[in-house]
Formats: sequence, C-alpha cells, structure tokens
Amino acid sequence: MDLSILWFVIIAVLWTGYLVLEGFDFGVGMLMSFFPKGTREQKADERRVLVNTIGPVWDGNEVWLLTAGGATFAAFPEWYATLFSGFYLPLFLILFALIVRVVAFEYRGKIASAAWSRRFDVLIQVGSWLPALLWGVAFANLVRGVLLDADHQYIGGFWALLNPFALLGGLTTVVLFLLHGSVFLALKTDGELRTRARALAGRLSIAAVVIAGGWVVWAQLAYSVTWTWAAVVVAAGCLVGVVVTNAKGREGWAFTLSAVTMAAAVALIFGSMYPDVMPGRAGGPSLSIAQATSTDYTLTVMTWVAVILTPVVIAYQSWTYWVFRRRLTTRDLPAPAGLSWTKVREAVGSHAKPAVNQSDLS
Amino acid sequence: MDVLALARWQFAITTVYHFILVPLTIGLAPLVAGMQTAWVVTKNERWLRLTKFFGKLLLINFALGVATGIVQEFQFGMTWSEYSRFVGDVFGAPLAMEALAAFFIESTFLGLWIFGWDRLSKKVHLACAWLFALATNLSALFILSANSWMQHPVGTTYNPETGRAEMESIGAVLGNNTLWAAFPHTVTASFLLSGTFMCGIATWWMVRLVRSKKPELVALARDTYRPAVVLGAVVMLISGVGVIISGDAQGKIMYEQQPGKMSAAEALCDSTEGAAFSILTIGPLNPTCDQLTRVIEVPGLASFLGTGHFSGPDSLLPGVNDVQQDMADKFGATNEAGETISYTPPLGISYWSFRLMIGLAVFSAALAVWSLWATRKGRLSDSKWLSKLAVIAIPMPFLACSFGWIFTEIGRQPWVVAPNPSGIDEVRLLTERGVSTAVPAGVVLTSMIVFTVVYAVLGVIWYRLLHRYAIEGVPQVYDESPEARDADGDDADRPLSFAY
Ligand code: HDD
Ligand code: HEM
Ligand code: HEM
Repeated sequence: MDLSILWFVIIAVLWTGYLVLEGFDFGVGMLMSFFPKGTREQKADERRVLVNTIGPVWDGNEVWLLTAGGATFAAFPEWYATLFSGFYLPLFLILFALIVRVVAFEYRGKIASAAWSRRFDVLIQVGSWLPALLWGVAFANLVRGVLLDADHQYIGGFWALLNPFALLGGLTTVVLFLLHGSVFLALKTDGELRTRARALAGRLSIAAVVIAGGWVVWAQLAYSVTWTWAAVVVAAGCLVGVVVTNAKGREGWAFTLSAVTMAAAVALIFGSMYPDVMPGRAGGPSLSIAQATSTDYTLTVMTWVAVILTPVVIAYQSWTYWVFRRRLTTRDLPAPAGLSWTKVREAVGSHAKPAVNQSDLS
Repeated sequence: MDVLALARWQFAITTVYHFILVPLTIGLAPLVAGMQTAWVVTKNERWLRLTKFFGKLLLINFALGVATGIVQEFQFGMTWSEYSRFVGDVFGAPLAMEALAAFFIESTFLGLWIFGWDRLSKKVHLACAWLFALATNLSALFILSANSWMQHPVGTTYNPETGRAEMESIGAVLGNNTLWAAFPHTVTASFLLSGTFMCGIATWWMVRLVRSKKPELVALARDTYRPAVVLGAVVMLISGVGVIISGDAQGKIMYEQQPGKMSAAEALCDSTEGAAFSILTIGPLNPTCDQLTRVIEVPGLASFLGTGHFSGPDSLLPGVNDVQQDMADKFGATNEAGETISYTPPLGISYWSFRLMIGLAVFSAALAVWSLWATRKGRLSDSKWLSKLAVIAIPMPFLACSFGWIFTEIGRQPWVVAPNPSGIDEVRLLTERGVSTAVPAGVVLTSMIVFTVVYAVLGVIWYRLLHRYAIEGVPQVYDESPEARDADGDDADRPLSFAY
C-alpha cells in the first residue's frame, strides 16, 4: 500500500482515539453545567465527583490531540500548514479553551474556598463546551470543502466557516460528547448519581439520534461516496444500541457502543475527504493526499515509530483505566486538601501542629 | 505592525513563557522521584514529607507547563505556515515522536502518580514517578533535536522541484552534534534551576525554624529541611559544573556553525585575534558594534569561548562586518523587494542576553557554597543574610534560562533555518519567509493580546500558589500505600487518598 494512504488512515485513527477519549471528558466537563442537583453544597460535591471521574486520565487523553497534530505535521506538512493557518480563529479559540481547562483541573482544589473552586469549575465548563462545538465545525468544513487558492492557501475567510452544515456538525459533536460523557458517568459512578446519569443518557441518546442522524445523512447525501454508507449504518446501529443497552443498565456495553459511534463518524469524515485532505469548494483547487504528503523516507521512519510505540501506549493507558476502575460517589471524596489563600497557619506554618498518625508509620 | 512582527512577538512571548515552566519540571521531577526512592529504601518519614512538599509544587508548575505547551504544538502551522511547508518533512518527525514517545508517558504516569498513592504498591508507584521524570527529559531531547536542526540542518537535502527540505537520514537529525551539546546544556541548566529552587526554599525554612528557638521546630529543621538544603546545594554544584562544560562545548560548535553568533555575543566589529570578553561595558542598550566602551574585559576570553585559543592566529573571531560581507556574497545582498538583507542579528539583545545568562548563575553559585558551608558537619544556620540570599537566588536561574534561549534564537537571525556552512547550505530559510501569508495581521494581534493576558493572569495565580504552598511547609504525612493499609485491615469504602 502507498505509505501516504496508510498515514491518512493512521491520522484518522489518532483522531478517533482523541474524540473517543477526550470526547467523554469533554462530555463530563459539559455535564458539570447542568447535571449536579440539590443544594449549593450538594451541587459542589457532585461537581467534584464529576471532575474526579476523569481526574487521572484527562491529560493522557489530550495527548492524542498532540499526537494527531504532530503526526499531521510530519506526514502531511502542507495539510498542517494550510489547515492551521486557514482555520486560525477557531483553532485559537480551541487553544484558549484547552489552556484554561488544563489549569482549572489542577488548580480547582488547591485553595480551600467554595468560590475559588466554583470559578475554576466554570472554566472547565467553558473549556469543554467550546472545543466540543468547534471541533465539529472544523471537521464539517473539511467534509464540505473549503476555498483554496492555487498555492494551497485558505482564502475563504472566517465567516464562511460558520455555514449551516458546519454549525449542525458542531451540534453533532456537542450532543455526541454529552451522550458519551453521561454514559461514562453511569459507568464510573454509583448509587443515585449512576441512576441519574443513566436516565440522562437515555434522553440524550434520543437527541443524538435526531441531531447526529440529521447531520450524517446530510453529509452522506451532499458530500460523500457510496462506501461511507457503511459508516452511517454502523453509527446508526450503535446509537440505537446505546439506547437499548443503557436502558438495560449494561453501562460497559453502552460506553463501547458510543465509542464505536464516534469511530464511525470519523470514518465518514475521512472517507468523504479522500483522496483529498482538504477538498476544494466551488470548483476551486483541492489539496490532495499526494500533494500534501512528506517523502517516502520520512513516512517510512514514522511508520516504524508508530508501529512500535502505539501498541505500548494503548497498553499502559488501558492499564490506567484498570487501576482506576472503582466507581465513585460523593462519599468517596476525601476532605478537601486545599490551603487557605490568605491565612497562613501560625508564624511557622503547619509545623506548629503536633504530628498526627505517627503510629501509621513503621 | 505587520504580520511578521506580530508573529515574532507572539512566538517569542509564548515560547519564553513556556520555558519559564519547562526547566522546573525537567529538573524537579527527577529530584522528587529521587526523594521518594529515599523514602521507599530508608523508610524514613522525612523523605516522604519532602516528596509530598516538592511534589505539590511540581504539580502546580506542571499544569501551566502543559497548558502553554499545547499552544506551541500548533503555532508552527498557525503563524509560521510557510516555515512548516518548508521544513515539515524533517521537522515534523521529532515533534510527532515527542508526543508518541514522551508526552504519553508523561501524562499517563503522572496521573497514576497523583491518584495512585493508595492504589499501587509502593514499588510500582515509585516506578511511575521515575517514568514521569524520564519522560520529561526525553521530551526535551526530541524537541531540542527539532530546534538543533534549525540551528544546524543536517541529514537533509533541498528539493528544488517542491522547494522543500527533505529528510535523508533520521540518524543524522538525532545525531546532530548541535543537539548533543544543547541537550546536556539545557538539562544541566534545568537541574541548576531546580536545585536552586529546592535549596532556596529549604534554606529559608531552616533559618526560620532555627530562629524560632523552639526545640521541636529546631529539631524539624535539622531532621527534614537540612537534608533538602544539602541535596539542593549538591545538585547545584554538580549541574553548575555541567552547565559550564556543556556551555563551553556549545560555544565551540556555535563558532563553527554560526560564526556570526559569537561575534554578536561580543558585538565585535572587525575580525580580531585574541578577542577579549567584556564584563563591564558602557553604551546604549541597542548598540551598533562600534558604540560600546568596554571598561573591564578579560583578554582573549571571547576567542577562547569560540575557538579554544586565547591568542594567536587560531583565535581569530570574525567581526560582524566581515560576516555580513561573507553572507551577502554567498546568499545575496538584497531580497526580491530590493532591500538590503542584514545578516547581523540584533546586537544589543545578543550581547546583553549572553552576559545575563552566564552572569545570573553567580547567585546560584553563592547560595550553593554558602549553604553547604553553613550546614557542614551537622550544623544548622540562623543567618538572616543566608535566608535573604536564598530567596533572591530562586528567580535568577529562571531568568538565566530565558536569556539563554533569547540569545540562541535571536543570535540566529535573520535565519529561522540557518544555512549549514559545512554542507547543505541550500537548506536555509529567512525568518521573514517563514511567516503565514493567509492570516491577517488583526487576527494575529488579537490572539497575541489574548494569549498574553491569559498567560499573565495564569502566571500570577501560578506564582501565588507556589508561594502559598512553599510557605506552608512540609505536610504531615502518613503511609497510604496498599501494603500499609493491608496491615490495618482492608476496607473498600475508605475515601480516596487524593482528589481534585
Ligand atoms: C527543553 C525542553 C523543552 C522545550 C525546548 C520545549 N518544551 Fe514543551 N514541554 C517540555 C519540554 C520542552 C516538558 C518538560 O516536557 C513539558 C514542560 C512542562 C511540562 O509540564 O511538560 C512540556 C510540555 C509541552 C506540551 C504539553 C504536553 C502534555 O500535555 O503533557 C506540549 C504540546 C509541548 N510542550 C510542545 C512544545 C513545543 C512545540 C515546543 C517548541 C517550541 C516546546 N514544547 C518547547
Ligand atoms: C524546539 C524548540 C523551538 C523551536 C522549534 C523554535 C522555533 C522558533 C521559530 C520558528 C521562531 C520564529 C522566528 C522568529 O521569530 O525569529 C522562533 C523565534 C523565537 N524563539 Fe524559538 N524555538 C524553539 C524553542 C524556543 C525556546 C524554548 C525559547 C525560549 C524560551 C525560544 C525563544 C524564541 C524567541 C525569543 C524567538 C523570537 C525571535 C525573534 O522575534 O526574532 N525558542 N523560534
Ligand atoms: C559558563 C557559563 C555558560 C556558557 C559558556 C554558556 C554558553 C551557552 C551558549 C554558547 C549558548 C548558545 C548556543 C547556541 O546558540 O547554539 C547557550 C544557550 C543556553 N544557555 Fe548557556 N551558557 C552558560 C551558562 C548558562 C546558565 C547558568 C544557564 C541557566 C541556568 C544557561 C542556560 C542556557 C539555555 C537555556 C540556553 C538555550 C538552549 C541551548 O541552546 O542549549 N546557560 N549557552
């Protein structure tokens, strides 16, 4: 097989990894906006549970994006250059969102103050809604085609990116991530939270069938090729499967199926783009795989690297999920360990306190 | 301002910011892993307290390091798209490898380390700390190989048909002698910085507790902070020597590969044998090469840094005027627009940043020597002056590292990919040719302002959190490992040991 085509597939796989994994942690971040119930304190506790269901893994999930970016740079420099300079503004907004989100996870518990945590929780939500919407917009535009000039520079401008098809694409990723996130929550929490997450997943799956179904069919009819009907069928089948398995309380299956839905959507997107990496629009030039690709030598090197390292990465990331398999409830949370922002204990900090738990040490 | 100027400012701001955080992660991660090892081996509680204390500070720093790193990954395509088209075949590979080989390990095992205290056996948990620490250093290796290739392109040919650089040998790119000088220098500088950070904080605490005169607090200073003072100081001394040796090696390589850089570092007009290195200088901040009055200089030292000879014909340093002439002959005196190309990097920045990089290390050296002396043979110190020095010394290596990079990158101008004098000099790109053409200036201006403001706000929070956790002192600790838990009866309902 031609190595450049293999790399087109590998990049699709990396994006699948990204959307499946960060998809649920974006989903959980978005759910923080409306999932928690009860008094102010109860809501704060529930938000804390939500954050901690993804606590040990979100950073590793995000690296799938960095890898997809780096791999695009290495394997298709022209694509990397045209795409990221052309989609400058949406990408800038995504970067902004990801910056505040990363920091908010790490810093939300560092100071013992409800107001402090609440502010960072807002940043987590902003940092989750914005990319969830914008990734969909960006990919939908790739499916639809963009205006390029003969030098492969994007000349469509920013507003052209916000066409109805792309906006529906954005809604599609939002609803799919919300669904994926709520299924994940049902899988990772227990008791009352689990019941509610399952009920919410049920409602979201109906919305997902309507919105994502609409977009997928539109994409298929307007921009795609025959074989991607297979992806559409798989996606539809899996979505229905999510509805059924979720209703039966088989959360593991529901999660697997919503992951496969995501993978099928990526197959549809990349299938529609093929053999271009950026299809042209209005009869204008396209940027094809053949034009964008690196040399055979670089692709050979990168293939070796990917073939050796990717299975290892998948192995240790899976192990992490195994280590942290335990379901969480509000009762599992330790007392917040943050410090007071202003009050420093005593003149000599915490040392003034007598040592506790000496007996634990032996 | 035009897109070029804005793109340069944005790149400079975001990268320098990233590199304020990076060296602390690179150096502190192995130190924390080392202290945790000491705990597992000796079972002495002091090492667990120090691990947790410095581990917290490491995490606060790491978060912002990651947040700023994400921008780096995409900036090449966003503002330097023509650069990316030109170099992608070579330059993308180390970037992708960095993500696959280093970032995945870094992020996954850090998650395991933070949340795994009560989930993983002691040894496995310790292994996670080490994997994280190794991966931070591995990521430095890959990204520096990309940067070193821009300083000294090797293993590459120029394809006139596509107008792009093409990789011929990944072995040559990863074996670049520029890399193998820059990597040790960057890593030793990171350890110097982290040693200063650790020694500085621990020294301040030691003095404070000793001055309280309460016996139990003095005992704490002796038992817990003193070992950290000594460890930090020893790390500083060893890495300081490493910084000098590797910096010297870099100077020699730089002289061969970018002859103009060393003359810019000394702002030398004309080719000179036995060129002196000026230490005290009067002149404008942004001088031309003949505007500086050198008050104190070390004879022959600038020549020695570049050539290894203090005097004689072998010690010839080319002046910036001669370099300009050579380059103009070789690569053309004017660009397409008919403007003269200046092959001289901005002299003021090169001159001052080189001196600040080296000079600011004096603080670390002073702290290392004094605190070792003050703690010799089991002693403690209550010197207010030592504690002042400790606090002042902490930010200095951060500044030194920034100036080191500013020198490296500015000294390379006007090139973004500098032509390699010993071979493939078709592989070269002027910075002005690397910038994106499809992005309007207003858009770059907007993003630059937003990044700068967001970074500034986050920077203040980062600083205040580090400060707050540092003045809290080492925490009370207990052994949370599954082994310790089994001893007093497992119970599945106990809360997590850590949560955000
Ligand atoms: C010498 C070391 C070094 C240098 C020159 C750079 N970085 Fe960096 N970077 C690191 C050393 C590092 C690190 C030690 O691995 C970090 C820093 C702080 C951290 O927490 O991890 C990191 C984080 C980091 C991340 C986030 C990784 C994650 O999610 O875990 C990205 C995407 C980048 N960097 C990308 C870049 C790019 C594209 C650079 C080139 C301009 C760059 N870095 C310069
Ligand atoms: C692999 C790592 C790096 C790469 C690939 C890289 C690449 C670049 C590029 C493409 C430019 C644009 C050209 C220009 O503006 O002049 C640049 C400029 C610059 N870089 Fe780097 N850089 C790297 C690391 C760093 C680091 C770690 C720092 C320091 C913190 C740094 C500091 C700068 C500065 C200050 C400029 C601005 C120069 C100017 O405005 O003229 N770079 N670098
Ligand atoms: C005797 C002392 C030192 C010498 C001779 C020295 C030499 C050099 C040289 C020649 C470069 C430029 C390399 C190039 O452009 O190709 C450089 C870069 C750099 N220096 Fe130093 N340096 C010294 C001390 C320090 C100290 C104390 C620090 C920080 C704590 C530091 C941090 C850096 C950094 C971060 C860079 C940029 C990365 C790199 O190119 O490796 N240096 N140094």
